[in-house]
Amino acid sequence: MTATAPPVTRPAAAGPDLTRAALSGGRRLRNHLATTAIWGAVLLAVIPLALVTYTVVVKGAGVMNLSFLTGDIPNSYRRVGGGMAPAIVGTLLITGMAALMAIPLGVFGAVYLNEYGKQRPLARLIRLMADVMTGVPSIVMGLFIYISWVLLVGEQTGFAGALALACLMLPVVIRSSEEMLRLVPDELRQASMALGARKWKTTLTVVLPAAISGITSGALLAVARAAGETAPIIIVTGIVFAPNWNLFDGSNTALPAQIFRNASTSFPAAQDRAWGAALTLIVIVLGFTIIARFISSRFAIKER
Amino acid sequence: MTVTNKSPAARPVLTRRGGSAVGDRVFSWWTLGTGLLVLAILGLILITTVREAWPAFDAMGLRFLTERIWDPNPATGDAIFGALSFAYGTAVSSLIALLFAVPVSVGIALFLTELAPRRLRGPAVTVIDLLAAVPSVVFGLWGILVVAPALVPVYQWMHDILGGIPLLGRLFGPVGSGRNFMTAGLILAIMVTPIITSITREVFSTVPRADKDAALALGATRWEMIKGAVLPHSFGGVVGAVMLGLGRAMGETIAVALVIGGATNITANMFAPGNSMAAVIVQQFGESTGTFTAALIGLGVVLFAMTVLINVLARSVVRRAEARMKGSLA
Repeated sequence: MTATAPPVTRPAAAGPDLTRAALSGGRRLRNHLATTAIWGAVLLAVIPLALVTYTVVVKGAGVMNLSFLTGDIPNSYRRVGGGMAPAIVGTLLITGMAALMAIPLGVFGAVYLNEYGKQRPLARLIRLMADVMTGVPSIVMGLFIYISWVLLVGEQTGFAGALALACLMLPVVIRSSEEMLRLVPDELRQASMALGARKWKTTLTVVLPAAISGITSGALLAVARAAGETAPIIIVTGIVFAPNWNLFDGSNTALPAQIFRNASTSFPAAQDRAWGAALTLIVIVLGFTIIARFISSRFAIKER
Repeated sequence: MTVTNKSPAARPVLTRRGGSAVGDRVFSWWTLGTGLLVLAILGLILITTVREAWPAFDAMGLRFLTERIWDPNPATGDAIFGALSFAYGTAVSSLIALLFAVPVSVGIALFLTELAPRRLRGPAVTVIDLLAAVPSVVFGLWGILVVAPALVPVYQWMHDILGGIPLLGRLFGPVGSGRNFMTAGLILAIMVTPIITSITREVFSTVPRADKDAALALGATRWEMIKGAVLPHSFGGVVGAVMLGLGRAMGETIAVALVIGGATNITANMFAPGNSMAAVIVQQFGESTGTFTAALIGLGVVLFAMTVLINVLARSVVRRAEARMKGSLA
């Protein structure tokens, strides 16, 4: 293509017709079908979400009142009324304790991966295994804590449940925190080092504060996931009918476990309580999720 | 920043650095320790569960995997612990789940990366996030009290129409309570859709802009562009995503325990009740003792081994696919 080439003087009509109208019917039809199928897939995902939410809200609202939130669990499935206070207390205490254990450990694990290990073989192995650990079924984690804690201590406690949930949260916290640490610009680290701070001081006072919003939101999402875990709670925490505020002494219970137990029965009163517990649980889980989203959208490090 | 006072040559001491050298070493060891915790936990899971399950493995040998009878309290003779029926239930419910979830997930991922108008992208992502946020026990509750009864007429209708076909009809046998392999598979499909979608979407988004533009410039329709540029590029990654979904479906406990029906059963009939490995553990653990408990933990060992294997494979497939797209092995 040189500038001196003679101008093409072809009549415009002789060029190939590139307009949409020239598409053959078959190709156009296939394009339409595929587009419709893709839109259909999105609808298919919306439907169950809408149905679940609708059912839980409608059926849960039917039993929801102050005495449901503060009452003890009836010791017979048949009995009408009663509440879920012990399960609400259990869920909050157990999940809170799990978060206290898993979040600091997970964040420091992420610090190792991103600040020290980087691409070393050991770090890559830990990264892979953390990914694998997120795939370990929660029931297996429950069995593990049952064997290595409940059998050791000799009783089912809320703390055992917290241990199991912490094991489930740990890899999630590690991986999400590592992603956030990676977003911290290297200039910050270099500036801190140039001012004479050692690496540990740089990490604690510069890198972590810079990533704190992302880390918090990732951790809250992990907490939300853990609050809904059922299987390990059933295996390691036992059952109570009145609130137990002590995680280290005696059995405990949690909302997911109560939903499972009550849903398995054929008594309408129990099933009602299951719906009420489900609504309570969804509100708690959604609360964490929304706070996490808010933090991450409001305070996120801008990607550059 | 210590400025020595009164000294005439007051200067900042530049040889001392912020924080102590010991702190550096302690801190790096501490973070390494927390990183190693992951490996330690995985190792401990393997060791403790295998040791605790050993009585059952010892008593049953390989029959633990090949025997279809599960009878913890027989009227006469020894208890029999065969996991085959439950492994079958796990496999069938997971496969049904993938059958429904994979096309839908790939569709949603294509929607998010190629099709969605900008203002719909956010809400669509939110739907997937919320679907992932709903606890599995809530899906189970909805499944057992709403979905299973509602689907009985549908199953009955399918049985009436398709049940007569030779061979294929055996998949659509007599219908019971609505709690069966099919319902379990459907509920699982809802639960694995978010994970498959999010990973497929990541893989699709690594397809080079230039490839897609080139296809469109050559006159391809949008579907032809997807078929010719997006899908071949990301096939490996999609396979990995499907495997991750499989791992999730196999390990799902509570929802399956509620809707699969709870029967020790190997049958082609999708409308018959069955059970899965994870579900059996949670249903029977409370009432078990001795070898029975060991056998249930044995199911956990099998489950653990299979999910770890699938996850390792899937992660390496996804990683390789993404690395190939970016043109470097990160």
